[in-house]
Amino acid sequence: MPVKPAVPLKAPSAGVFVWPRVNGWLVLALLVAALVLVPVVVTFSSFAHTENDTLAHLAEFVLPELLGNTLWLVVGVGIGVSVLGVSLAWLVAMCDFPGRRLFGWTLLLPLALPAYVTAFVAIGILDFTGPLQTALRDAYGPLTLPEIRSRGGVILVMSLALYPYVYLIAKNAFATQGAIALEVAQSLGLSRTQGFFRVALPMARPWIAAGLMLALMETLADFGTMAIFNYDTFTTAIYKAWYSLFSLPAAAQLASILILLVLVAVVFEQRSRMKMRYGAVGRSAASRRITLSPLMAGLAVLYASTVLAVAFIIPLIQLGLWAREVIADDLDSRYWAFASHSLLLAGMGALMVVAVALLLAYAGRQRPGPLMMWTQRLATIGYAFPGAVLAVGLFIPIAWLDNWLIDSGRIWFGFEGHHVLKGTLVVMLLAYLVRFLAVGFGAVDSGLHRITRNVDEAARNLGTGAAGLLTRVHLPMLRASLLTAAVLVFVDIMKEMPITLMTRPFGWDTLAIRVFEMTSEGEWERAALPSLAIVIAGIIPIILLTWRSAHSHG
Amino acid sequence: MKPSHLIVTLALVAATLPAVAEEVVVYSARNEQLIKPLFDAYTRDTGIQVKYITDKEGPLMARLKAEGRNTPADVLLTVDAGNLWQASEEGLLRPIQSKTLQANVPAHLRDPDNEWFGLSVRARTLVYNTRRVKPGELATYEDLASPKWKGRLCLRTSKKVYNQSLVAMMITEYGEDKTEDMVRGWVNNLATSPFPDDTKALEAVAAGQCDVTLVNTYYFGRLMEKSPTLPLAIFWPNQNLKSKAAGVHVNISGAGVTRHAKNPAGAQKLIEWLSSDKAQNLYSDVNLEYPANPKIPADKTVQAWGGFKQNLINVKEAGSLQVKAVKLMDRAGYK
Repeated sequence: MPVKPAVPLKAPSAGVFVWPRVNGWLVLALLVAALVLVPVVVTFSSFAHTENDTLAHLAEFVLPELLGNTLWLVVGVGIGVSVLGVSLAWLVAMCDFPGRRLFGWTLLLPLALPAYVTAFVAIGILDFTGPLQTALRDAYGPLTLPEIRSRGGVILVMSLALYPYVYLIAKNAFATQGAIALEVAQSLGLSRTQGFFRVALPMARPWIAAGLMLALMETLADFGTMAIFNYDTFTTAIYKAWYSLFSLPAAAQLASILILLVLVAVVFEQRSRMKMRYGAVGRSAASRRITLSPLMAGLAVLYASTVLAVAFIIPLIQLGLWAREVIADDLDSRYWAFASHSLLLAGMGALMVVAVALLLAYAGRQRPGPLMMWTQRLATIGYAFPGAVLAVGLFIPIAWLDNWLIDSGRIWFGFEGHHVLKGTLVVMLLAYLVRFLAVGFGAVDSGLHRITRNVDEAARNLGTGAAGLLTRVHLPMLRASLLTAAVLVFVDIMKEMPITLMTRPFGWDTLAIRVFEMTSEGEWERAALPSLAIVIAGIIPIILLTWRSAHSHG
Repeated sequence: MKPSHLIVTLALVAATLPAVAEEVVVYSARNEQLIKPLFDAYTRDTGIQVKYITDKEGPLMARLKAEGRNTPADVLLTVDAGNLWQASEEGLLRPIQSKTLQANVPAHLRDPDNEWFGLSVRARTLVYNTRRVKPGELATYEDLASPKWKGRLCLRTSKKVYNQSLVAMMITEYGEDKTEDMVRGWVNNLATSPFPDDTKALEAVAAGQCDVTLVNTYYFGRLMEKSPTLPLAIFWPNQNLKSKAAGVHVNISGAGVTRHAKNPAGAQKLIEWLSSDKAQNLYSDVNLEYPANPKIPADKTVQAWGGFKQNLINVKEAGSLQVKAVKLMDRAGYK
């Protein structure tokens, strides 16, 4: 695309009255953030009821260990997903080896597999009672192997389940910048390895950080995997305070602390995100991919297939075997309804989240500044909430509003009913928006940042207005990012349990709810059938995503 | 009248009309696959529709509380006495006077204030490896703390309410200090870190990772149905004690009528039906549990495990002492 020389951005019109000018973008962003802040406020309001007994007990006997546990987990999973995600992204985006295209999309598939499924399968295979250790014992007698139900095990499983967030976003970054980075490096006389570490990696850092942030927020909020490993984290303590010590206020207070910790992390991430604005869109890197020696190509294939096998294929086969045992009894006509509810909710949710994420990201581009930045950060905090706490934080104000509407309706109109808003799909979709905006925003915003200001200036110089800029210039360039965002959110909603459980209308059971019904009494084999259905439904959009991005990137 | 007005009026009329068929609304923490067959049978039997939503107890109670008097729920159904006690404590249930329920449900399996009633019994007992343990070596829950079981015990996590209820019941008998020593003894005897579910603990015993564990009998039943050759057997502990703690620890799944039920009579009728001859087997057999109604025999598979004496302390203590039990287990280092 011919790019005209950049014109310096006009400074915002100087004057005393910058604020009172109706700043539509900022208002829009603030509205979105306000919605997300509702459950945050409800959660923080728990400090009105102090439950000193419960908190004192947790502080003395539970918190010290789990703070250490949580720290280890975050550091371990952080390193794990970064190493796996970045290395695989670099291989697939920048190097030529057999099967590169196939790995390009199949390496995303672990996203469709809920982390607790991977956890359950890993423990099932690798624990003392599993087939591997049993076979070894039969052959060699008693032996001591590293324990899978351990800190290392939980870090390994979470890394395998969550690396695709980093992989996906980093791959897009490398695909658009990697070749340029290497060219720069080579012109400076650096070797390829040096070029990767000293130019390409630092350039991609903001994108890697965006993916990492998603993975870590999900790690912090995870309950299912931690429960299977019996690994105590902040989130498991939150549920303990609520379910075991019967104290929802203490649970909410702990959740508030967790949210504050995440906000601190967000500040750090923000710093790296600031650097994201010098993006550059190269077209395809296809012609400039690195050709690997046969040995290196072989190692690349081995590495990528090992990750794929461990993170996806083996758990999938195990799910298939379990599902086969129960399919005759459990697969009935209601499955069509479960699946269609799941698809419908995930589809509508993904559309809505992506639309709002685009608005929010675009608002940031139109009106950058510290206030906007914080508005965006707050609007995406819902992803770090433990799911059930967020569900209650949303449900309480909705029920309150509903009660007010019903009571007013009764007084003024003689209305008799149990709900107005509650138990409608609108509430469900808003709840998904609060939960998953971070996921959609991460993908859309990083895509938007790769479009340089020069493009905007060029378009403006050609007489394109703001609306035209969005529809005719940005949207086409953002297509891959929007699709990425939609798929990530779609798959996440398919897997989501606590919000779906709490806000669904009567009769609106989904596949994830089937998983809940089976796993809550430990019937893992029977849970395999709906889990498998979720994976299959999740794979379709991932294939679509790859197909589309393959075609749009040429 | 303009057409648009007509539509609005019709909509308002429709919204204010009572539902034509009688229906009762249930919030259930018992799994859908366990309750749906019953509700279907109830509808066939009475023509009354049952609408239900499933979720965990915590969220269901938070939901009832937030909805207040506009809740659609008539019945709350849970799988643990502790949660029913908590629901009653939070003022989410209402007492019901029912001769049927008084007659069908033994006194220790229902709320003394008639706010909730047990519908099935879950026995938490010992299961041992038949190749490595002789039944004569086993005696009581308390005995599992003795040094002879060092490195031979497997337990499920203390986060599961079943273990919390068990420890709560022990507090009623022995007091906190002695119970804490006992739980410490269990922890010292563990062969490996606690498991996330009963089935995993059973598999560990079968594989010889440990020799004995504490589980609800229906997990044993389910596992043995799938792999009948496993070297596992049930032992009924505390049968020869003379004290209150005599007998196997039992818990219930049960139900109560919500405080703000719109159809309290219908709710009561449903719970009464669930406790009746017609429903008790359907309710308990589907999950290999014991019927709460002592006049009804259990499933054949379950009967084959032999009879046992139940602990007769009212199961509400599982709720009133749950917080103490959880704190005690934390102090004892039981994860």
